Parts: sequence; C-alpha cells; structure tokens
Amino acid sequence: MAEFHLTTPLTDADTTQLTAGDVVFITGTIYTARDAAHKRLMDLIDSGVQLPFPLEGSIIYYVGPSPAPPGRPIGAAGPTTSYRMDSYAPRLHALGQKASIGKGKRSDEVKAALRENMAVYFGATGGAGALLSKCITAARVIAFDDLGPEAIRELTVENFPVLVINDTKGGELYAKPDLAAVGLD
Amino acid sequence: MRTIQASDITDTVASMVRDAGVRLPDDVKAAFRRHMREETTPAAKEIFRQLLENAELAEETGLPLCQDCGLAVFFVEIGEDVRVEGSLKQAIEQGMIRAYAEGYLRKSSCDPMTRANTGDNSPAIIHFDFVPGDRIRIAFMAKGGGSENMSRVTMLTPAQGWKGIREFVLRRVVEAGPNPCPPIMLGIGIGGTFEKAPVMAKHALLRGLEDRHPDPAVAKMEDELLADINRLGIGPMGLGGATTCLGVKIEMAPCHIASLPLAVNVQCHSIRHREVVI
Repeated sequence: MAEFHLTTPLTDADTTQLTAGDVVFITGTIYTARDAAHKRLMDLIDSGVQLPFPLEGSIIYYVGPSPAPPGRPIGAAGPTTSYRMDSYAPRLHALGQKASIGKGKRSDEVKAALRENMAVYFGATGGAGALLSKCITAARVIAFDDLGPEAIRELTVENFPVLVINDTKGGELYAKPDLAAVGLD
Repeated sequence: MRTIQASDITDTVASMVRDAGVRLPDDVKAAFRRHMREETTPAAKEIFRQLLENAELAEETGLPLCQDCGLAVFFVEIGEDVRVEGSLKQAIEQGMIRAYAEGYLRKSSCDPMTRANTGDNSPAIIHFDFVPGDRIRIAFMAKGGGSENMSRVTMLTPAQGWKGIREFVLRRVVEAGPNPCPPIMLGIGIGGTFEKAPVMAKHALLRGLEDRHPDPAVAKMEDELLADINRLGIGPMGLGGATTCLGVKIEMAPCHIASLPLAVNVQCHSIRHREVVI
C-alpha cells in the first residue's frame, strides 16, 4: 500500500498509478452530487445543456452534508452509499469523470467503466462526517439549490483522505466474506 | 391521574434529539476502544481510531457525528394514569423539528415520488404503546438511510425454523457487505405478523450493546449469530477484520401456526439513541 498526494483535476497519469488499497490525499476542487442531483445531470446531458461543472478530470463526492453552523464552511460531510449512483456513473465516466468518492460496493458495470476510462473509485470512512469536514475549507452551492442537502456543491479540500477501493486495472480492496467459516457456500 | 404539559414534552424531546445527533453513547465508544485493541490489521484499527476521533470532534464542535442525521423514530410508552395537556403527538414532533433546525442536523425526509424534501425532517415515525402507571417513556433513535436500505423482512415457513433464520440473517449481512457502514448492529424480530416483525426488529435496536436478553434461550441465539457474523471477516467498513458486528438483539412474539415472520434491521456503527422518562 502506497501513499499519494493528488491535486485536481485528475489525469490518466494520476489514476493509472493507483492500486486498490493505496491511501490518497486529495487537494483541490471536488463536486458533490448524490441521488437527485445525478438524475438531473442525466437530464441535462440528454438535452445537450452544459453541466454546472467541468466533468473532465473531475472527482464527484457522493455526499449530502448537514447544514453549516455559523463560522464553518460546511457541516458533517461523510460519504453516502455509492451503489445508488451505479446506474449513472458509467455515463459520467465516459464523459470524463475521473473518480468518485463514496462507500460500499459498486456494480460490475461501474467497474468496467473504471477500466475503460482509466478512472478510480475512492472510499472515505462512512460515518466520520465530523472528522472529514475538517479537510473541507470552502463550500458553495453551484447548482440545484432547491435540492437542499442534495444540491451540487463545489468543495475546496485539503489533504482529503481516501482509500482506493477499485482501481483502473480491475483490482478491488473489499474483503470477500468467508462463507465457509459459517457453513454457507 | 397525573397531568403533563405538552410544552414540557417538546422541550425534553428537543434536548434529547439534539444531543443524540452529536454525542455517541458511552457503550458504543467503549466497544470501539475494545475492538480497536482486538483487531489485528492496521486498516481495521485505523477505522476504529477515526471513528473515536470523529466522536470526540463531534462533541467538541457540536457538528453531527454523521451527515445523515436520520429519520426520527420514536417508541413511546404512555402510562394509563397520565393525561397530556395538549397533543402528545404534536409535542414530540415539534421537539424533533426544533432539534433538527437548531442543532444544524440534516433534514433527510422527502416525498417518496417527487423526492421533494419536507424541509424539517417531519414526519416523525412514532410508535405508541400503553402501559400501567403515570409516566411517559420516550425513546428516540436517529435512523440513517444507508443502513436502513440494507434491512429486510421475509416470511419463512415454520419448517425452516432456527436454521432458516440463521441462514437468512447471515446471507443478509454478506449481501450488505461494506454498504451499511460496518461494524453494524442488528435488530431482529422473530414472529408476530408481517408488520409486527420489523417493528420488533427496530425496537430491539434501542437496547444497549452490553444488554443481555432476559430469556437465556434468546440470549444464546443472539450470541451465536454475533459470533457467526464476525467469522465472516467483512470487518470495519468492509476492509476485512474481526469486527463486522457489535451486537445482535432479538425480540420475539407468538406468530400464526402457518407463519414464521423474520425481520432484520441493520444499524450502522453510529448508534444514536436516547431515552427519557417523564
């Protein structure tokens, strides 16, 4: 397991050097989008309208932060479960998205899209919302304000810690459950 | 007949809900510390270290433990000799709404079809029950969506018995894998009817991690399931390790001679609940 410090936007050279299990600290700009925002991004692509942020080299963070208390840029901001975005992710990767940050398993279609587009899937620690918010220095809503916690936000991050869960070569970090240990197969 | 003012209930609920969002119960923190010592891989230890640091930071800053501050679920036991001056239901809901607004907790409740956010985390999900006495017991849990989505209910046949229950629970945990933020806690409802089983499963999640079921036979089932789940090796956040589950809590009720209802309610490691007796 190696450690990398990457700056956004990401390039093929950034992503192809990564292997599942590597620790990465991200600095730069990342964009938040979760369920409802992804649905609207698809509608914009379908109608040929320009997206609210540049997809090329982008990192999308699956998060719906809690409201920012006075004096803070953002509230708690840990990852949400990624599989709900699986039906949208391959299309976004084909259009230039280089990475997503979430938690939990991805579909075979997403893993194939990662290989084809030299993209990666990062995991952040689920439930560590207060801790992760420390690495977010600025946040502003850039689209879909009416969606509240689901609006698209531009986040400025410094050394935001993630693990490479799925890499560009088909590698995956998650442990395979030991079914034999409990008499199941 | 004792009388309680609805406004007192609102104040109490607001304070309890707000506190639950930012302060992890002591038994959960103690479990994190113990499992951090017992885990053997650096990744598993590191997850527990982060969760403990997160809990500390939330207490210090007042930020919620997790951005998913949950739907608000209440179990309320009303003494038969108590009268509420005003609406008990509204009092609880208003307390919840105030806590989510003033505590900067995320409002996650939305219309199931339009997906429009209700804006104040309402409605509260409230289960009422009547008991002897002149007091009101209100238990609250913040239930996050990621773990709730991994929960299931099924109708087994009586012939499937314990073997069928065990296999369904284990396969559910395997299928859920890293998704619900392990280490998880499981609430299990066995028996009753189609709707009774999941309510029991949810109610079981209010028990403390160290709480022993008073019926030794049920306690044994809980211990067996916990040990089996932890043999799966899914580990904290699915990264492998000895701690996939922190606790299994079972509630049972008699069921129809034709049925064996079973519900598994998955709870993430951020086990946020409180209880108050008025």
